Amino acid sequence: MKRIGVFVCWCGTNIANTVNIEAVTEAAGKMPGVVYAGNYKYMCSEIGQSKIKSAIIREKLDRFVVASCSPRMHESTFRKTAAAAGLNPYLVEIANIREHCSWVHKNKGEATAKAIALIRAAVAKAARDKELWATQIPVEHRALVIGGGIGGIQAALDIADAGFEVDLVERTPSIGGHMAQLDKTFPTLDCSACILTPKMGEAASHPKITLYTYSEVEKVDGYVGNFEATIRKKARSVDLEKCTGCGICWEKCPSRVKSEFDEALSMRKAIYIPFPQAVPNVPVIDRASCRWFTREKCGICRKTCPAGAVNFDQEDEVLQKKYGAIVVATGFDVLDLDDFGEYSYGKHPDVLTSLEFERILNSSGPTGGRLLRPSNQSPPKNVVFIQCVGSRDKSRGKPYCSKICCMYSAKHVILFKEKYPEAQAYVFYIDIRTAGKDFEEFHRRAVEEYGALYLKGSAGKVFPDGDKLLVKGVDSLSGHALEIEADMVVLATAIKAKSDAPQLARLLGISTDTHAFFMEAHPKLRPVEAHTAGIFLAGACQGPKDIPETVSQASGAAAKAIVLLSKENLLSDPCVSEVNESLCTGCLACIKVCPYSAITEKTIEEKIHGKALQRRVAEVNVALCQGCGSCTVSCRPGAVNLKGFTNEQIMAEVDAICL
Amino acid sequence: MKITRDNLCSSIVKEIAEISGENVAGCYQCGKCTAACPVNTVMDILPHQVLRFLQLGLVEALLNCNTIWICASCFTCAGRCPRGVDLPGIMEALRLILLRKRGFSRIKAGVIPRVADKGMPEQALVSAFRKYTR
Ligand SMILES: Cc1cc2nc3c(=O)[nH]c(=O)nc-3n(C[C@H](O)[C@H](O)[C@H](O)COP(=O)(O)OP(=O)(O)OC[C@H]3O[C@@H](n4cnc5c(N)ncnc54)[C@H](O)[C@@H]3O)c2cc1C
Ligand code: SF4
Ligand code: SF4
Ligand code: SF4
Ligand code: SF4
Repeated sequence: MKRIGVFVCWCGTNIANTVNIEAVTEAAGKMPGVVYAGNYKYMCSEIGQSKIKSAIIREKLDRFVVASCSPRMHESTFRKTAAAAGLNPYLVEIANIREHCSWVHKNKGEATAKAIALIRAAVAKAARDKELWATQIPVEHRALVIGGGIGGIQAALDIADAGFEVDLVERTPSIGGHMAQLDKTFPTLDCSACILTPKMGEAASHPKITLYTYSEVEKVDGYVGNFEATIRKKARSVDLEKCTGCGICWEKCPSRVKSEFDEALSMRKAIYIPFPQAVPNVPVIDRASCRWFTREKCGICRKTCPAGAVNFDQEDEVLQKKYGAIVVATGFDVLDLDDFGEYSYGKHPDVLTSLEFERILNSSGPTGGRLLRPSNQSPPKNVVFIQCVGSRDKSRGKPYCSKICCMYSAKHVILFKEKYPEAQAYVFYIDIRTAGKDFEEFHRRAVEEYGALYLKGSAGKVFPDGDKLLVKGVDSLSGHALEIEADMVVLATAIKAKSDAPQLARLLGISTDTHAFFMEAHPKLRPVEAHTAGIFLAGACQGPKDIPETVSQASGAAAKAIVLLSKENLLSDPCVSEVNESLCTGCLACIKVCPYSAITEKTIEEKIHGKALQRRVAEVNVALCQGCGSCTVSCRPGAVNLKGFTNEQIMAEVDAICL
Repeated sequence: MKITRDNLCSSIVKEIAEISGENVAGCYQCGKCTAACPVNTVMDILPHQVLRFLQLGLVEALLNCNTIWICASCFTCAGRCPRGVDLPGIMEALRLILLRKRGFSRIKAGVIPRVADKGMPEQALVSAFRKYTR
């Protein structure tokens, strides 16, 4: 016979006011298998726990039930109590008579009856508890950071500074991300390159960081502490070791295509570095536009390269490496404006997105920092900025606020007026959202010092009018419909998740929200962790963010990764599924429902009537299983069982309540 | 309505700024001034709208409105404004532009003893001079 103890907690008045503690204790004492029942004001306190410990020894209890708050609150506390008294910690059950009972009921009689029923169920389950043991999984002390924008760079530096090896995988030929494209940054107007390039250099020269640029992660297997990633290093066609970055090749290359980095406002060569401060400072050949690869002609770069670094025969390299933790920092894209014909974007060269405007402002940009109208290279006198283009728009754009555009529009006003003090800036806005340290003050400077006319309302149409653009808008504050003659129109275009974010999420086994931003494990309390253990999120891939926020989140993600990497072993939760092979029919229904891909098939050999037969059965990878229990309900013969929550235990609980 | 930099920075806009010493761009249109104004119900352009019109360079409408004359120059708005805008100063500037153009003051010190009764607050007299003299 089992020797079960029941400990009823008052939780001060939380439970005791609604549940008759004495009646519950008395009823519990008579339940099958129960040899002791007691109660105390705060079971979780030191005194409460020592009461449990001494009862275990005095009454020779071999398992016990605590009737108290939610197991989320104190299950681990009472498991430790059990262990301290020499009991296996999995021989403890919690009957939740607070959240599930006293807090949701008013009638004391009914609440007392319910509390007794809940304890009866817990006692029935406890009687069927078995000892379980956590296993140890070793941790690979290396991190993988995907995405080399400011978020990825910061996370990599922090993890590497803590002494762990980091591989930083960036898809494009250089690290830097969007920040490398920016001119100056709000709210301090630091030059973006001046604060970014030192960090890029530091990441490149850090002894613990390996950069994989022009590379992509193709596959990720494994689980927390033991991921295995497949990385494809695309062929650069230039030897990273030999190239000195002299630039002769791209000077001589005859093939010109639009520069992605300059938002198609300038041309680059087929052999190119995206921008002068690129890291690494080694070009790649874009084989789709190279004459050698498309027409087997030319080869000028190979001929002229003084270091003999150009190698047309280079092939993609695929490597496999193990990682303990992964940080995802793949950033954002700018919304496509195809559906927003009213702005004449793409039809008139003087209508630009903010990112294009950023390139034109930039001294290393397509105009060398001279702010001129793209149509005729003349200085603009009137510039209209339109905010919330595609943001907060549930019909054609994104319903969310892109968060950064109020601030960068104020920045654009200031930079424009710095260049042309006599010119006029107009800004159409719906609301001004400048929450952040020194942000509101920055915005007010654009209004008061730089004299930008902020117009509450939207612009309904932008169209060419002679060599100008006519902007039709409204000032909803004064109730005037307006027309403004503009030399340039700048659209603060919504930012959105990367278009391939869902694929990357699938590859990593993490989830995305309705807008394809990666989802955090908890919006308030676990904002830098993905749902999948060991994967962390940094920067705009998780939602619109500016640089300070990206950097903070990256350091947060790095700290979480460091905590993981600094462990020798991880303890795995023993409450995982197991397959009873003699019952399993091999239908593999469980494989389909498991959200963690923890189940695989295997073939077993059996002797039936002296004959060896092969049979297909399911197998659970205990390191991947998160104990959700989905498989157990999908299994028709009932062959899968979740340890600590077996089918038999659940049925016993139901019976205890219903019979 | 067409907005141009010329309207926004017209000489009369500059004159108003000079007389009042205020940068109208400081106002962010919260409407607190109007909400606090004791005579707002009889104004044709509300106090915060006066500022909005100025920000848009629409001075004509302001010179023809009744608001600048109804304004009691009580300074309630200025006392409540979170941006520290001196709206009574701006109202005064608008009136001064008109008074100076007309070239005469509406009241003379000599008439005061005849019209003033005992109950009249002294501030009303001061305000009256502010409002109606060049
Ligand atoms: C017009 C404009 C102006 C701005 N001005 C300011 C400003 O003044 N101040 C400020 O604080 N913020 C500003 N921002 C915001 C700033 O750009 C972002 O906060 C910052 O870039 C976010 O950094 P990130 O690393 O998260 O993403 P990103 O900068 O987007 O970097 C992501 C990196 O990951 C790489 N990547 C993507 N997918 C993969 C993949 N699958 N595998 C490998 N690599 C991948 C990308 O190539 C990129 O290099 C501005 C943004 C815009 C659009
Ligand atoms: S071979 Fe290709 S990359 Fe080299 S110079 Fe010719 S076109 Fe340019
Ligand atoms: S940050 Fe400002 S401009 Fe951007 S979407 Fe939000 S409210 Fe609109
Ligand atoms: S319990 Fe959940 S995670 Fe574990 S094997 Fe079953 S379905 Fe997969
Ligand atoms: S209270 Fe001040 S800031 Fe607000 S509307 Fe009036 S003048 Fe403008």
